[in-house]
Amino acid sequence: MSFWYAVVDLLPFEWAEPGSMFFMKNALLAVLVISPLFGLLSTMVVESRMSFFSDALGHSAFTGIAIGTLCGLASPMWCAVVFAVVFALLYTLVQRKTKMASDTVIGVFSSTAVALGIFISTLGGRSFTKFNTLLIGDILSVTPDKIGLLALILALVLVLWATSWNRMMLSATHPALADSRGIQIFWQQALFTSAVAVVVTVSMTWVGLLVINSLLVLPGAAARNVARNVRQYHLWALVLAVGSGIAGLMTSYYLGSSTGASITLYLAVCFGATFVLKRD
Amino acid sequence: MRVIKHKKSGGCQGACCLNVKDLSIQLGNDVILEHVSFHLHCGELVALIGPNGAGKSSLFKTILGQMDHSAGSVTFQLAEGGPVRPRIGYVPQSPNFDPGAPISVLDFFAASISRYPVFLPMPKALRQRVSDCLERVHAAGLIDKRMGALSGGELQRVLLAMALEPLPHILILDEPMSGIDIEGERQLLDMLDEIRTEYDLSILLSTHDFNTLHLVDKVILLKGAVLRTGTPDEVLASPEFRALFPSEHGHLGKGGRQ
Repeated sequence: MSFWYAVVDLLPFEWAEPGSMFFMKNALLAVLVISPLFGLLSTMVVESRMSFFSDALGHSAFTGIAIGTLCGLASPMWCAVVFAVVFALLYTLVQRKTKMASDTVIGVFSSTAVALGIFISTLGGRSFTKFNTLLIGDILSVTPDKIGLLALILALVLVLWATSWNRMMLSATHPALADSRGIQIFWQQALFTSAVAVVVTVSMTWVGLLVINSLLVLPGAAARNVARNVRQYHLWALVLAVGSGIAGLMTSYYLGSSTGASITLYLAVCFGATFVLKRD
Repeated sequence: MRVIKHKKSGGCQGACCLNVKDLSIQLGNDVILEHVSFHLHCGELVALIGPNGAGKSSLFKTILGQMDHSAGSVTFQLAEGGPVRPRIGYVPQSPNFDPGAPISVLDFFAASISRYPVFLPMPKALRQRVSDCLERVHAAGLIDKRMGALSGGELQRVLLAMALEPLPHILILDEPMSGIDIEGERQLLDMLDEIRTEYDLSILLSTHDFNTLHLVDKVILLKGAVLRTGTPDEVLASPEFRALFPSEHGHLGKGGRQ
């Protein structure tokens, strides 16, 4: 971390003064790790039409935390990770076994998870307000060890991307064709939904439940407006995610607004701009 | 019927003989196919015809191993003997590609024949390999187009090129004629004819279109069961065919072999 602080100290901002404002420097590093992570995942979320699903995952993550808190766990986040992964796998399984449209299945799962979460967290007349921080998120509260955890997850997602993106893309675009080429569609989908589950749950505390889904959708959606192939698609998604991440953090610092919401608004502007510049 | 010769010294692509014997397929309580038996010989081009819901796609799925059957067997005969699991090239039915997807033909093709992550800069050798594969179906010019921007006929050719890499033992095409005009159909069938003589593989396709049917070797009329098997002329002139497609038999006499 001291290396990072030394680098940031070179920046010409008031919060970059050496020896002070460590929360802001931590937050900047966290944004630099989180935004490419979401940028990468968004390409696949949009490609496999899972934007509604990732929204449902956020809800299930909250329920996981409620269960973890109920069980008196010291770190309810891990309970939430497990719950979200189980939720994702169960969804993939049900989706495969039914002829129902996927948005219906997601609706069933999402509402069940939210209801369960509210039920558990309000059990015995307890107040719901302690979960409010999860809804908005606070990136300024991130600590160096959590940034390390996020960096580890980014590394794992990079490995997943390098080894499986081709097959995940084929499974999402044309399952029957992928199957005829020997790809195990179910496991590809299960792997991807689990990855999204882990990322959403771990970063929820800092990004905020209400806007986390937009980070999983907007970079990919904006990149799609202008990209003509997969390489451009990834490049645009990454550039827009990281750029909006940094700009959002700065804006929230100077205006005192929520960081997650500021980043999302920048991404929305990017979407609007790329929509106007549309390729064809 | 065409005499089947092995033109290349290597003969068949290993396993090329498909033997469907007394096959029945059930989905829940619904019987989809019953007692279906036929042979697909090496180098043969066979068309499966029948109305919607006749069980053509189910039969394909069973041959591909994507669907279970309730009775009978699907076996593949290797040229050197013994049943094996062959490589089947599959061209799916009118695939709807998301027209907005930022996936080029090169991306899609490379992703399916190689493990190299296609979101990284594309190596020249891989691009060349995809281009060569596309050239087999005279489609190398489509390499940088997006999948969603292809016309029905172009998409059909790209998917055919994909099904031919790696070279399969058997090629299955589900409704390849849907969405292309009669000239496109003729080109496709000529190309398939070229491919099976060049690579000596067996081709099984399903179709609703009878205008170009005279270009195949054998026709199987299917509706829950095999109603009729024979040369195109025999099947098109049969009472079973006329009963199923009363409006179609008008132009059959004129269709004829070229």
